[in-house]
Parts: sequence; structure tokens; C-alpha cells
Amino acid sequence: MTAMDEQGKRISYIGQAWLVILLALCFGAALALVHTTLGPRIAENKRNETYSVIPVLVPGADRDMTEELIVQSRSGRDVRVYKAFTTEGKHKGWVIPAQGQGFADRIELLIGQDVDLTTITGMYVLAQKETPGLGDYIKGEDFRDRFRGKPADRPLVVVKTDPREENEIQALTGATISSESVTDTINSAIDNLREVLLAHDSSGAGARK
Amino acid sequence: MQDQPTALERFINGILPENPVYRQLLGMCPTLAVTGGMKPAITMAGATAFVLILANIIISLIRGLLKPHLRILVFTLTIATFVTIVDRFLAAYLYEMSKELGPYVPLIIVNCLIISRVEICASKQSVGVAVADGVGMSLGFALALASIATVREILGSGTWFGLQVLGEGWPAWGIMVLPPGAFLTLGLLLGGAEWYGQRRSRRLVRAGG
Repeated sequence: MTAMDEQGKRISYIGQAWLVILLALCFGAALALVHTTLGPRIAENKRNETYSVIPVLVPGADRDMTEELIVQSRSGRDVRVYKAFTTEGKHKGWVIPAQGQGFADRIELLIGQDVDLTTITGMYVLAQKETPGLGDYIKGEDFRDRFRGKPADRPLVVVKTDPREENEIQALTGATISSESVTDTINSAIDNLREVLLAHDSSGAGARK
Repeated sequence: MQDQPTALERFINGILPENPVYRQLLGMCPTLAVTGGMKPAITMAGATAFVLILANIIISLIRGLLKPHLRILVFTLTIATFVTIVDRFLAAYLYEMSKELGPYVPLIIVNCLIISRVEICASKQSVGVAVADGVGMSLGFALALASIATVREILGSGTWFGLQVLGEGWPAWGIMVLPPGAFLTLGLLLGGAEWYGQRRSRRLVRAGG
């Protein structure tokens, strides 16, 4: 094929596809606009939901006593974490956010831990789009309870049988990838924030003003 | 193109004679999945109507520019854009409902009802006809979802739109809000619609003869 033929072909591709390209640009701009307009409201909804589940994630905590902190994780990103207190003002634990790639879309989680970050006290799914009837059981109480009381100081491992070790989590039947995504997401979030949260506590910020 | 239906015919056809669910068996995924109650069913019908009507308008406006082999790409692009907008909108203003519908909102993209209307009507007829078609089909779809959801919610929970309609003594038939209830209800209502349609057409033939 000569050079001219090839050039002619390239021009005809553009000639045929210009509408698709133009539409993609227009629609992209429209979606960016929608996202900037509605984004803050969606984030606010998620924050309200976070507050409503703090007493579940850290048993004994009072949602109105929660202190919000922005900390820098080990990977260098700013993360909003929630320091949970009892009604009397005693530090009870932490709630940290976690994001990871699921089977279908990004999964957003909240993880509750006790004061010295040794035990997971609860897990909650903020957003997921896993397969209905299989992977979406990750948001069910049965699956979330499998994380309660698990150690937070070493990585959790997904198994397909009844867990024998303390740090083993039984996968959901038919949703191994979703189960593994959740577990990996939890592992890396805890690992990323562990040191900074412990440092925060020992710097004397333990008691609530 | 001479014998394409007029706007009024398109509108009326969408509601009953060519009802997307009862006559064309399109959009079965939301029909079965989100009709456990009236609220999710109506939200889904509204979201689908928004996407269908706007996609019909856009495609009808650019129908002269469509290349036959690239048209499906343009359809999908347009539909996906409006679905994303409706998904973000629900997350911002109807957060609880958005969580309840979960992946079924993004799945509107693959609802055959929409792409079939865009292909059959909007890509061939004027904007006026395309709007009438979109509104008619949306009403037909809403009617179908509402009829199934009415049966399922009343029998399954004793409520309608969350309001108590059957006495407290009603032993809610839990199976009706579960997936089997969706298939049972759809099957019985489809059978009923077919029986009624055949009886009517027989009577018309007899009256005509």
C-alpha cells in the first residue's frame, strides 16, 4: 500500500467518525458539569451516612461526639478519618474510609477499629455496584459480621472453607472476587493509616477537649 | 418512509397496543428486579423515562448525520451519558433510593427498550414524533412496572407506596417481594393481558364480520 493510500484512509476515518468524536467531547463536558454541580451534595450524603453508622462500627460510640481529622496516609494522600468517642468523652476507636476496585466498579467501605488498632470492630459498605444476587451480598450483615473481631494488626486472608486461623475470612459463595476485593481494600487501608493514627494518639491528643 | 406512524399513533401505541413490557417483552431486567415495592418501581420508571425521552430527542436531531455502521456507537454514547446524569442526580437528591436501586440505575444503559426506540423511531422520524414516542413508551413502561409492583407490594408487605392498605392481620406473603414473586406476578399479568387482548380482537372480528 502506498503512502498516499494510507493518508487517504486516515482522512476518511475522521470523516466518518467526526460525529462520534464531537459527541463524546460534548457529553464529556456535560458530565463534568453535572459532576462538579452535584459532587459536593453526594459527598455530604455519604458523610451523613458515615455518621449514622459510627455507633455500629465502633460499639459504644456516640455519633455526636465524633471528631473529624484529615491525616496524611503512608501513600501521601489526605484522608478524612473519624475518631469515635463515648458520650462521656472517652476515646473508643476509629472509623477509617477505604476504596478499592471490586468486580464491577469501585467499592467504598468504612472500617471501625478499636483504640489501639488491634481489632476490627465493624465494616460497612458505602458504595458498591457488584453483581446483584452474588457480589452485592458484601453489603449484607452476614458478610460484614465475618470481619467483626478480626485482628487489625496483620493482613486478613480470604479462604473458601470455614476459617481456622484468626485472620481468615470466609469468602461468599459465587463471589470470591468481590470477597477478595473487600478484604484487600481493608488490608491496604488499615496498613496505610496505621502508623499515623497510632502517632496521633501518642502525641497526647487522646482525650477529647 | 411514507407509512411511518404519526406522533399521535406513536404515543398511543407506547401505552397499551405496543406496551414495552406486556406486548414487546423488553426491559425485563428492571421489570423483575425493582418491582418489589411501588417506590423503587416508580423511581426506575422515572429514570428510564428521562433517559428515553432525551436520547430520542438527541438522536432525532442528529439523525441526518448518522452513519449506518457507526449508529449503534452513537446511540450507546448518548444513552450512557443520560444514564450517568440520572445516576448522579439520584445519588445527590434521593440518596436512600439510589442505594436501594444500586446497579440497576447504571443498567438502564442496556435496557433494550431504549435502544430499540432510538433505532425504530428516533433515528428515522422528526423530533416531535420522537418525543411523542418517548413519552408514550415511558408511560407504558411506568404502567407495567406499577402494575407488577402494586401486586407484589400489597400481597408481599400489605402496603402500597409504604402505606398500610391491608389490615395488620394480613400475613405478608414474603415470597412476593422476593425474586420468585416477580416471576409469578409477571407471568400471571402477562397471561391476563394476552387473554384480554385475544378476547378483544375476537370480538372486533365478530363485530366487523
